[in-house]
Amino acid sequence: MRERDEVLCLGIESSAHTFGVSIASDKRGVLCDVNAVYKPPPGKGIHPREASQHHSHVAPSMVKRAFEQAGVSPAELDAIAYCKGPGLGPCLRVGATVARTLASALNKPLTPVHHAIGHIEIAAYATGAIDPLVVLVSGGHTSIAAFAEGRWRVFGETEDITLGNLIDMFAREIGLPSPAGPAIEELAKKGKNLVDLPYLQKGNDVSYSGLLTAALAKYREGISVEDLAYSLQEVAFAELAEAAERALALLEKRELLLTGGVAANKRLQEMLKVVCEEHDARFYVVPMKYAGDCGAQIAWTGVLAYKSGVVVSVEESFVSPRWRFDEVDVPWRS
Amino acid sequence: MEELKGELIKKGAEAELYRIEWMGYPAVLKRRIPKAYRHPQLDYAIRRSRTIKEAQLLSEARRAGVPTPPVFSVNLKDTSIIMRYIEGPTLRSVFDELSESEKAKVCEHVGELVAKLHLAGIVHGDLTPANLIVVGDEIFFVDFGLAERSKSIEDRGVDLYLLKRALTSAHYRYAELSFSHVVVGYSSVVGEEEAKKVMERVGEIEKRGRYITFR
Repeated sequence: MRERDEVLCLGIESSAHTFGVSIASDKRGVLCDVNAVYKPPPGKGIHPREASQHHSHVAPSMVKRAFEQAGVSPAELDAIAYCKGPGLGPCLRVGATVARTLASALNKPLTPVHHAIGHIEIAAYATGAIDPLVVLVSGGHTSIAAFAEGRWRVFGETEDITLGNLIDMFAREIGLPSPAGPAIEELAKKGKNLVDLPYLQKGNDVSYSGLLTAALAKYREGISVEDLAYSLQEVAFAELAEAAERALALLEKRELLLTGGVAANKRLQEMLKVVCEEHDARFYVVPMKYAGDCGAQIAWTGVLAYKSGVVVSVEESFVSPRWRFDEVDVPWRS
Repeated sequence: MEELKGELIKKGAEAELYRIEWMGYPAVLKRRIPKAYRHPQLDYAIRRSRTIKEAQLLSEARRAGVPTPPVFSVNLKDTSIIMRYIEGPTLRSVFDELSESEKAKVCEHVGELVAKLHLAGIVHGDLTPANLIVVGDEIFFVDFGLAERSKSIEDRGVDLYLLKRALTSAHYRYAELSFSHVVVGYSSVVGEEEAKKVMERVGEIEKRGRYITFR
């Protein structure tokens, strides 16, 4: 049941392997979060068409379950939010199509949401971080950002592949199924020796493609996957921690917020926690349930965006597979 | 070697700077400090390679005609560099007091020196007036902690962009004019065509807004 003066938004996430539907309220927060994850066979990456077919297949039952779990009827909604990008085109289009259909049938406004901003807002919502330095690590992003003058400003980022890519591509080559974050983390715990791998931290940026190439070369030489997973994590996370430390010192932020799928990694959390302790900053990490892609990141951000007047007509409700989050106006934070 | 004691003059994210005496010369000891968050073996490897690179680039820059503090000694065990202490005010601290013609002259000279650095295949990485020391008619470039060997237009553009932004934030009244003098000096060394390419990139970097309000 809807409360008085409440704003309710249904949000749909479909940018990559996850199809998620969630309903959020400005008064009561996230009311439900139902997600289904497309899993490619081991040793294979996401096939965009197959992932989109998965999404189309599960969509109707997911929407139905979201309404049931939230205890909200379709007519009570104020807005429908969809993930506009960035992501895989065929996957994004499934979510956008479902959102347009709901918006047209129910005669509700549509609100486009940027996937990365969703990762940030759901983490801020769950942790209470107010004005943090954000470390966003996922399959699609590896960025260090802070909010200034109406937008998120990227202070440092990967110059090539993302941290999620690095981990998944390494895992795929050694025959593990993706997404492979937890499997690599487990392997790394058994590693003992630090293998010599290139540390490519450049100013405020990080670079991971050379690291991936070197790690795979060592794998072919017969170095154990445990030692390699361990070393890969140590080197890749240290690069990011150093870039984050530099940003924290320069911007004098008092909070650091770690979010995105790779945020679930305990070793990465540990490193950034040490950085925060040395710089008197509070360390926040997105809870496990909102770390990976989920409907809640779109529904909650949809609530914020809709309340600030971010709406788009069905005719103009495009998707943007390549959309930088520092190009998005964020009126609710200004 | 005996323990060199001196006054701590600067504590950065990566290193500490001490004012010391070395064989009777005024000197600075720059020591890279260990980072608790990273694996000790990796930590040492990083500090070691950066110490070597910084010492090398300081010397390479000087050979290319860019005044830098001479390196006296490098200690790879505690990852420190001892270099000549350069006595003089930073450009940042004296800039506002300079007359208009002096400003033009200094900026043009800075532009020439940045160009020489770039032609030698080096980018400074943190080019701000606080890292330029004025000694009479000469200008010393210090802090090569973020310097890299690079000939890419992007890296060169970032160098000049950082300088432009630093001028804008600290000396905004003269920023535009001052930076145009930097470009004149830069262009006189690298040639107009190359300068144009780099300046176009500076414009693009500026538009990306990535570095906005961060310093």
